[in-house]
Amino acid sequence: MRLAAFDEMLPEISGLRKPYSAYDRWLKEQDPARLTEKMQDAERVFRKTGITFAVYGEQEASERLIPFDIVPRIISGNEWRRLTQGIEQRVQALNAFLDDIYHRQEILRAGRVPKELIAKNEAFLPEMIGVRPPAGVYTHIIGVDIVRISENEFYVLEDNARTPSGVSYMLENRETMMQLFPELFQQIKVRPVENYPQLLRQSLAAVRPQSTKGAPTIAVLTPGSFNSAYFEHAFLADQMGVQLVEGQDLRVVDGHVAMRTTEGYKQIDVLYRRVDDSFLDPLTFRPDSVLGVPGIMDVYRAGNITIANAPGTGIADDKAIYSYMPEIVEFYTGRKAILGNIPTWRCSEPDSLKYVLEHIHELVVKEVHGSGGYGMLVGPAATKKECEDFSKKLAAKPSNYIAQPTLALSTCPILTDKGLAPRHVDLRPYVLVSDRIQIVPGGLTRVALKEGSLVVNSSQGGGTKDTWVLDD
Amino acid sequence: MLLGRTANGLYWMNRYIERAENMARLVDAGLRMALTRTQNASEEWNSVLLSAGSDAAFTQKYSDYTAANVADFLLRDTSNPSSTMASIETARNNARMVRTALTRETWESINEAWMSLKRMLARPIDERDLPSVLDAIKRETALIRGSFYGTMLRNEIFDFSQLGTYVERADNTARILDVKYYVLLPSISWVGSTLDNYQWESILRSVSAHRSYRWVYEADYKPSNIADYLILNVRMPRSLTFCYRFLTEHLRFLGDDYGERHACHATAGKTQAMLAAGSIKDIFDAGLHEFLANFIRDNIRLGDEIAQDYRFY
Repeated sequence: MRLAAFDEMLPEISGLRKPYSAYDRWLKEQDPARLTEKMQDAERVFRKTGITFAVYGEQEASERLIPFDIVPRIISGNEWRRLTQGIEQRVQALNAFLDDIYHRQEILRAGRVPKELIAKNEAFLPEMIGVRPPAGVYTHIIGVDIVRISENEFYVLEDNARTPSGVSYMLENRETMMQLFPELFQQIKVRPVENYPQLLRQSLAAVRPQSTKGAPTIAVLTPGSFNSAYFEHAFLADQMGVQLVEGQDLRVVDGHVAMRTTEGYKQIDVLYRRVDDSFLDPLTFRPDSVLGVPGIMDVYRAGNITIANAPGTGIADDKAIYSYMPEIVEFYTGRKAILGNIPTWRCSEPDSLKYVLEHIHELVVKEVHGSGGYGMLVGPAATKKECEDFSKKLAAKPSNYIAQPTLALSTCPILTDKGLAPRHVDLRPYVLVSDRIQIVPGGLTRVALKEGSLVVNSSQGGGTKDTWVLDD
Repeated sequence: MLLGRTANGLYWMNRYIERAENMARLVDAGLRMALTRTQNASEEWNSVLLSAGSDAAFTQKYSDYTAANVADFLLRDTSNPSSTMASIETARNNARMVRTALTRETWESINEAWMSLKRMLARPIDERDLPSVLDAIKRETALIRGSFYGTMLRNEIFDFSQLGTYVERADNTARILDVKYYVLLPSISWVGSTLDNYQWESILRSVSAHRSYRWVYEADYKPSNIADYLILNVRMPRSLTFCYRFLTEHLRFLGDDYGERHACHATAGKTQAMLAAGSIKDIFDAGLHEFLANFIRDNIRLGDEIAQDYRFY
């Protein structure tokens, strides 16, 4: 089944959209052969500098590149303003929700979110009850996945409030585009994204523990060089000018977390960790973890270190909680959500389950705890047998699933051998929270490279595009 | 500020780059000997393996000292942790770990050396290709060294890297001399015999010094001059004195930067003072083998002390 999708550059009815007019003019002047050449240049740049994802292990073959498309995804200044208002509101609500859920739990008492959804949820960390993080911020770095289905309809697909990745691609994509097409950036005013590392550093410094004397020492905690996102960890540490540390470099010294340097142990005040909650502290969580720091949770509870994002933020971006986000936003901000959710059926509710089972061939069904596009069924694209098999799994454990209508995600053209061709896209802007909320004008546009495909995840054949927010 | 783990990574990255190249140089010298003195070839290959510190591991795997076996073991075999391929792989893993401390040029040169040597050493080397393979290894390590010297800031990162290079190099030169020390011992038989001549040339060749020797000393090889060149010459980039000149200099920089001196400073200073005061005659009189054995032992201790004093682990 093919869905009639809204194309962001060339909607069939209205012709060329305004944000793309200057780019379109430039594109028409280009020699197609030169563009193909530029496309290959881009790949060479990425491979040489080692911007790879997946395992950088023993074999060269396992060092994969995320395909990059040279046609930018363009957002007008006006569209961006609307998006940022909605994102800001949502991020405020996420932090308020986390603070509430680990303290008074008013939203549960008010009956707006069911108690058992929290109590039985693995992403809820009882260890965080009553803990107030420095500066009161729980989720400092958020990637909000947004999809578009028409000129004026944007929806939030997912909130990534734990350790959202991909921001290095946003930066490298722009860097690559500016190298390949410097003249384009002279003709079209695109808002810059390259100050993200500085903003991240300032943002992390602003949420340092109260007891910090002088400029805070910041470090990025990576699981190590065999992690699939190691490139990004090293990249961000490097760009911020802070140390890239592993669990083995850290220990608790005199009530503080400290790193082993050539001159002895040095205190760390803010830790941007890219290690999952369960590995963070073997004394509190998984005892077999060698990636974390024994005792860091005690230091955290004493208010002597900022951990970004805070442990336990996963309860805010859990797929089961997602369906309650409109209520959550309204409960904490007192206003209706500016950015809507995609309508979601919670299969734990009998009526919804019945509906989902009856309409499975037209819905997208997702595992509540799944990620990366795994464990999901895209009804319209699935065979009858696949739908039947999935129905059995669903009926066996309904509370493990949610379902959403198959939306015609907007498309944006990519360059193929046969010229421009529309492909479905989504958008992940990056949000920084400290004493203020900052959103870098841009983000990561992920694109499903296969014709008709709706799955944009890089692990499943997705690529990326540079994302332009126009300074208009 | 530098993490102890990063200093450790830089130190070993450079030791292994140095080692990867040293293996190629040893095989090169062995090959030359085997070509010119066919009847003693297996003896020569045996001393190449002894210099590489790999003889015991080799004999567990092979029974014949042939060019093909030794070259394979010292260049390609990843079960031999000191082979060129294993060394370049370890160097690259360390580089990846300390990537934030390296310039883009340095990282890319190591990454590219790894990619190209991996391709080249994927299959057993045809004996006819051996010279070009050895050249390629030396070229790749030279490119790494070039981008490293050309782009790195001269700070603690540079100092720890250089410590790795010179500890490894000093060890290598001392071992080569020690394996062949008896060839250098003045005895009644040494006078001008061709047998000794090619042995001496082999020593110089394995530290790439067979041409420069003639620039510094008279054209004839003399054991005391060869020993002097490799042990005491201040200008010869692989001599023990040269290595210790730079080891003490980089340790001094670190000591000044951090405002603290450690056991490693004393150890390096002692060795350097001993080299500065020594004459080749004294060394021969006291025993060349004993001198080298002591040197190698102290050099190992220096490496251990650096690791401990700067909290590598």
